[in-house]
Amino acid sequence: MKEKIKAILEKYQIDATRLIDILHEVMDEFGFISAETITLLSNDLRISEAQVKETISFYHFFSDKPRAKYNVFLNNSITSCLRGFEHVKEAFEIESGVKFGNVSEDGLIGLYVTSCIGMNDQGPAAIINDKIFTNLTPYRAKEIIKGIKQGKKVEELIYEANGDGNNAHPLMNTMIINNIRRKSLLLDDNYEKFEVTKNLISKYSPQEIIQIVEESNLRGRGGAGFPTGLKWKFGSKMPGEHRVIICNADEGEPGTFKDRVILTQYNDLVFEGMVIAAYATAADMGVLYLRYEYRYMLEFLNSQLDYMRNNNLLGNSINGIKDFNFDIRIQLGAGAYICGEESALIESMEGKRGEPRDKPPFPVERGYLNYPTIVNNVETLASAVRIIKNGAEWYKTFGTSDSLGTKLLSVSGDCRFPGIYEVEWGVSIKEVLDMAGAENVQAVQVGGPSGTLVNVQDKENHSKTDLMKWYKPSGMMASRKAYDRKISYSDMATGGSIIIFNKSRDILHDVVMNFMDFFIEESCGSCSTCRNLPYIMKQKLLKIINGHGVREDIDDLLNWGKIIKVSRCGLGQTAANPILSSILNFRHLYEEHVKAMTDYDNQFELADSVSAANSFVGRKFIHHNS
Amino acid sequence: MSDTCKFKIDGKEIIAKKGQTILEAAKENGVFIPTLCNFTGVKPKGSCRICSVKINDRFMTSCTTPVAAGMEVESNTEEISDLRKSIIELLFVSGNHFCPSCEKSGNCELQALGYRYQMMVPRFPYSFDKKNVVATGPKLLKDQDRCIKCQRCMKTIKDDEGKRYYAFKNRGRDLEVVMDEEMSKTITDELAKEAMENCPVGSIIYKGVGFSEPIGTRKYDKQPIGSLIETN
Ligand SMILES: Cc1cc2nc3c(=O)[nH]c(=O)nc-3n(C[C@H](O)[C@H](O)[C@H](O)COP(=O)(O)O)c2cc1C
Ligand code: FES
Repeated sequence: MKEKIKAILEKYQIDATRLIDILHEVMDEFGFISAETITLLSNDLRISEAQVKETISFYHFFSDKPRAKYNVFLNNSITSCLRGFEHVKEAFEIESGVKFGNVSEDGLIGLYVTSCIGMNDQGPAAIINDKIFTNLTPYRAKEIIKGIKQGKKVEELIYEANGDGNNAHPLMNTMIINNIRRKSLLLDDNYEKFEVTKNLISKYSPQEIIQIVEESNLRGRGGAGFPTGLKWKFGSKMPGEHRVIICNADEGEPGTFKDRVILTQYNDLVFEGMVIAAYATAADMGVLYLRYEYRYMLEFLNSQLDYMRNNNLLGNSINGIKDFNFDIRIQLGAGAYICGEESALIESMEGKRGEPRDKPPFPVERGYLNYPTIVNNVETLASAVRIIKNGAEWYKTFGTSDSLGTKLLSVSGDCRFPGIYEVEWGVSIKEVLDMAGAENVQAVQVGGPSGTLVNVQDKENHSKTDLMKWYKPSGMMASRKAYDRKISYSDMATGGSIIIFNKSRDILHDVVMNFMDFFIEESCGSCSTCRNLPYIMKQKLLKIINGHGVREDIDDLLNWGKIIKVSRCGLGQTAANPILSSILNFRHLYEEHVKAMTDYDNQFELADSVSAANSFVGRKFIHHNS
Repeated sequence: MSDTCKFKIDGKEIIAKKGQTILEAAKENGVFIPTLCNFTGVKPKGSCRICSVKINDRFMTSCTTPVAAGMEVESNTEEISDLRKSIIELLFVSGNHFCPSCEKSGNCELQALGYRYQMMVPRFPYSFDKKNVVATGPKLLKDQDRCIKCQRCMKTIKDDEGKRYYAFKNRGRDLEVVMDEEMSKTITDELAKEAMENCPVGSIIYKGVGFSEPIGTRKYDKQPIGSLIETN
């Protein structure tokens, strides 16, 4: 064992900043990270054991306790819950005899729940030993467990044929389907791979590339919408021994899966986008940060990078351009939504827990290992390739004046055609619902849990009380018909997650509670506000749902939602949005629950509270309610 | 070019050295901004959020934000004072802070801020799970109920190689600050006392001492928190 650990450490130059990679190798080799291993790592990496454990205990997919031979990670995102998560969960438990969160006594089966795994269009889904199982039903869950008990290999548990496109590639071999429903300029198959790198970039100076991207008005597609050209310009001017391009493929916002599809079908565009960004900013290091949940793509993506290296599209003097040296490695995440936040992502790449950094300095000033670092989303980088190929003027013919080009929407929930829709910016909510074949719609969550819950029956956003004056969710334009709201930077900006709920759904109990649980689970815990408040607010919501709320509780939620806005990063700042946005647009649901609209706070039901004592002494509680 | 610049906090003109944080400049100019996680001499990590101020209608932590000439900072407004008070309350309800029996009572920064912001009954319900006192090491104990996760011990208490004695464990609501078990066995007396000193609350306690100063003569008994800065 000592030898193996030594070999792993040497593979990474005994470098503590590569701790994530080292821990992955240990997990693969031994199934968990033992106390003995931790001691060895601590000694050689010259950090304390507590520091090694600090990183281990942060990530969902690392464990210092033995895991099972087969580990089932069942995803509990909202779309999974809409499609029978509870029944599937129960079936896994009954068939295996193990409760979730545990490993069976013989060490064969471990069951765990996990946050969104990017399969909302085909959930409930689970990851079993890095393989993805989609469209789970109780029957399928039972068959899987039976198969495991019969000693089948994980490949032999597959119940559906391989998916379409590259999902069927021998290096992927997965049942996932792409569900591309609408293509436009980005998801266009009519192009020659890597032609921009081969034929075009040498015609432009780095400054000219930046200028074209600036003129196209391309803005970050990861959610924040920062102008991409400007980011590249800043980056190109920062002094540093190295410069770094990071592609953010941590896609963790529940309800988004567009990066999954881009990486499956158009990863050449993503890597080429990184090459272009490197050329424009004279960067020499490239990293694609791939969320652990997408590990099934790792080999496949690496084969693409090998192809590029073999064809002088990566490496030294790329395509013969003197001094243009750039390579890309893939950094695997380890299960933490917060690592999608760019500075947390960088911390994670440095082997630490994914805790966002204080800004300033921004990553473009001091990022990975303190080098100037440009972080861009998968879709942003792919779009940049199309822009350089066809020019800024061409790009401007798509979209609206304030939001140019197209956006990939990940549509899921209650609709007939969940999947990826490439739409021009400016499309209305109504059009999206029509495209997706959604009927009987009650609500649409735009932008994932951190976004906005739109009430489509609403003629106007009605309940903006004085207490909410400060609350400005993405483009909350008052008194506009919800249906007509537009996906655009000036109205509803979004990373592209669209989740639809029909009229049979219990918005507060099923949706809002699920979203709050997500933030509670995924907070890094660093800020006092984000660590404590989402839980307290969820308990208050529960009190209301259980019929114990009073009017003042709604006001409390609004006031507390304001406090959390002082958190360091976007996660904390938006963690109360499920509650705030549902009070804004579904206030009647709260009021229905609040006890006869009273102000008197009765936290308990006398009858319930004394029922145990009553039954013990054999006494009946007599109701005087008339 | 001069290496000082001017800006305003609540209308008062502040003269600062370039590169200073708002907090440092405020302190030198006699303006008190409450802090918990900040610790002189180590890189700030804005995690308690109590030093938040408003600049251009945006909240920023004054311990991490560098000064800029001409900036207008809001700090002691009704809104921000209530925000700070709510953070104090939040810390109080997220662990069992039983001041009367705490060794640090009177020397505790959280308690002192509670007084300064006139906290009576917290607006939030108490919401903590059962937490432990870890007393396995020979010199120090760690009371997890009182810990506010400020990271001061993590940043300041290190061995010669730079290894940290304290580290985080888990995340979110389960986040804890724990001491390295092996290293706790050999910590020097001096460093152990420093660990206790640097802790703003009573989470890190040097064993075997208890109450060395009588109530009434402890640090904040004599001088309310912030008053030294304000009389400067
Ligand atoms: C909590 C949180 C999670 C995020 N997750 C992602 C993500 O999964 N993918 C992504 O590209 N950006 C994510 N972001 C945004 C990134 O911080 C960053 O803005 C983005 O990667 C920049 O790329 P872009 O300008 O191309 O959008 C997240 C931000 C926050 C606050
Ligand atoms: S003192 Fe600034 S955030 Fe804690």
